Amino acid sequence: MTITSTSPPDAVVLGPPATRPAVQPSRRKNNRLTHNRWGYAYVAPFFLVFGAFSLYPFLYTAWVSLHRTSLSDIDGGTWVGLENYRNLLQSEFFWNAARNTLTIGILATVPQLCMALGLAHLLNYQLRGRTFFRTVMLMPYATSIAAATLVFAQLFGRDYGLINTALEAVGLDPVDWEGGTWSSQIAIATIVTWRWTGYNALIYLAAMQSIPGELYEAAEIDGASRWKQFLHVTIPSLRPTIVFTIIVSTIGAVQLFGEPLLFSGNGTTSGGGSGQYQTLGLLMYQQGWSNFNIGQAASTAWAMFLIILVVVGLNALVGRLRARADR
Amino acid sequence: MSLTRRATAAAGAALAAVLVTTTGCGDDDANAEPYDPDAPVTITVGLFGTFGYEEAGLYEEYMQLNPNVTIEETSIAQSAPYYKALQTRLAAGSGLEDVQGIESGFVADIVTNHADQFEDFGARDDAAAVKENFYDWKYAQATSEDGRVVGLGTDTGPQAMCFRKDLFEQAGLPTDRAELGTMWSDWDGYLDVARQYEASPTKPADSSFVDSPASIFSSAVYQGDLAYDDEDGNPVPDSSDGVETAWSLASEAAADGLTAGLDQFSDEWDSAFSNGAFATIACPAWMLGYITTQLGDGGAGTWDVAPLPGQSEQASNWGGAWLGVPTAADDKEAAMELVEWLTAPEQQVKMFTREAHFPSSPQAAEDPAVAGATSDYFSGAPIGAIFGESAENIRRTPIGPYDTQIQEAFTTALGTVATAGTDPDEAWESALSSAEQVTGG
Repeated sequence: MTITSTSPPDAVVLGPPATRPAVQPSRRKNNRLTHNRWGYAYVAPFFLVFGAFSLYPFLYTAWVSLHRTSLSDIDGGTWVGLENYRNLLQSEFFWNAARNTLTIGILATVPQLCMALGLAHLLNYQLRGRTFFRTVMLMPYATSIAAATLVFAQLFGRDYGLINTALEAVGLDPVDWEGGTWSSQIAIATIVTWRWTGYNALIYLAAMQSIPGELYEAAEIDGASRWKQFLHVTIPSLRPTIVFTIIVSTIGAVQLFGEPLLFSGNGTTSGGGSGQYQTLGLLMYQQGWSNFNIGQAASTAWAMFLIILVVVGLNALVGRLRARADR
Repeated sequence: MSLTRRATAAAGAALAAVLVTTTGCGDDDANAEPYDPDAPVTITVGLFGTFGYEEAGLYEEYMQLNPNVTIEETSIAQSAPYYKALQTRLAAGSGLEDVQGIESGFVADIVTNHADQFEDFGARDDAAAVKENFYDWKYAQATSEDGRVVGLGTDTGPQAMCFRKDLFEQAGLPTDRAELGTMWSDWDGYLDVARQYEASPTKPADSSFVDSPASIFSSAVYQGDLAYDDEDGNPVPDSSDGVETAWSLASEAAADGLTAGLDQFSDEWDSAFSNGAFATIACPAWMLGYITTQLGDGGAGTWDVAPLPGQSEQASNWGGAWLGVPTAADDKEAAMELVEWLTAPEQQVKMFTREAHFPSSPQAAEDPAVAGATSDYFSGAPIGAIFGESAENIRRTPIGPYDTQIQEAFTTALGTVATAGTDPDEAWESALSSAEQVTGG
């Protein structure tokens, strides 16, 4: 729900902190307010929209999560306090979805960021047709999530899918991609990886281009190979960017929804026969929009939000500790 | 990953929209003017899928009979999103059309939780005569406990068993529909034929006897005294005789490899039609249209229709719909007259001959145009007689608000038995806990 509006802390994103104009101590508070009123006027529309479409639903979701209520009668629910949260924590479906979200998240994020880093490094060389390659890399990102997933679901089809046809052509056994736990999770992670690798590569590339050339020259004089340069110059310089992409990818991974929903191919929200690829986002959708239990869905939404807060907090903490240790 | 985020955001936005609309709750019931049958009126009709009234020219006909009436239809392709939208509109009490389609999957929810938001067809002067136009069970399913009739029936889905003649022939099985009907007069007989098919050395190697365990389960479950609910509409999936029998038949078929293990309505299932991957499928009347679409003109004469196993004891219904008039509608009287006309036997006969929708009215089903109908595409099968007999043998099984979700829980669990070799007892437990997750909260 409104977790969507959570943005990573700015400090992590930006390299050097922006220099803030020194506030003149002599100026009175009142005066400053008058001075800035156009500023407030300009930002007001954003906060009005934010209040209506982020803050209000956010709080209302919390309120709904404390009721037993159905989709067709949201305001008519009965107050149950924290019962929805208790049910959630005792539900095998919640823990199953949490586990799947974690494994799919790792399967999708780790290869994705490694490949993005490698691709960015290659694109950082003076290549002929660089712009072409950079544009092509961004194409998956520009593709509709539904279209991409539907195509992948067909590729991964059990009986008539292209991948199984290829496997059989080289003498291997076909895989029931959708039916298995690992196979289905790998298939979904593949869709996510395909979609986001180019996007992350471009972010890395932008950051790489701001690394001063002198660092590489100095390393070269010291006799460092290309690989050593990558390890000891590029990676450390990219650290803030890497932390940023990890945080953004993690948030995306926790909220993974469209791919597992469409991967089943017939619109079911159970995430496979035994829920083998049901993510938290999909569980929330199932509770609210298949089972019409909006109170329970709201509590799942809040649980997802808290999980994201914790994960992002940990990421930021680790990043900061590493940075401090390096200094 | 902001696009995956956006997908969740879409769900979030949907909730937000719901939240915003519900806060503005209000009924406009200030419609106290006397009803003038000749005043110009526009009736809006909200439907899903293919009701086919427009295509069958019935709106046109009604507007000619009643020059003061204009009919405007809006339609959503799938019934699930339609129902979600209808629910939010019922919650908000606004945005409803004058006539709303109600599907068998959610009629119980409407009857249990929203009966007073729909006009009562049972309270009209001609109610007793209108009631006679419908099968008892069809009329009863749209009637609430305190006797409110929320809608009148359009079509029904009496079930038969479709089979592929060419595959049966290759497997050395009889292809005469009457003979097969006798061989599978009950489901045990059906499983026997299935075993003969699978044991045949001459059947196409990559074909199975039935598309999915769901074909067996979803038909057999409604042949019990109870399906998913007790007489009061409370879910009892763990103690109903229909579920127990249907599960034991379907899980046996799944575990013994008699099914192709496909998810119904998935892409693979669609492809499997044209690839000849299965030889039988339980088919309600409307499924004939689906099969025709999948196979195209070239498929004429490959499929045939036989009676459903166990049909002489009790037949089974899948799908069908009603038309209701929300109390919030602008022109209730005009809308209710339109609904009565559209669902009258004469119009149901037209809907069968023009759009192949099977009637929910016994008078229409007995009409020679329906009862005598045969289908060239389905090898000349007397479909009017087969589905008519099936509809005649449907007893009223109690239904409940969560039947669709409970059925999905069972059929997905059966899918794991068929494809992943899950132990049937384990699958049963997981189906029950999925069903409990639906009904428990």
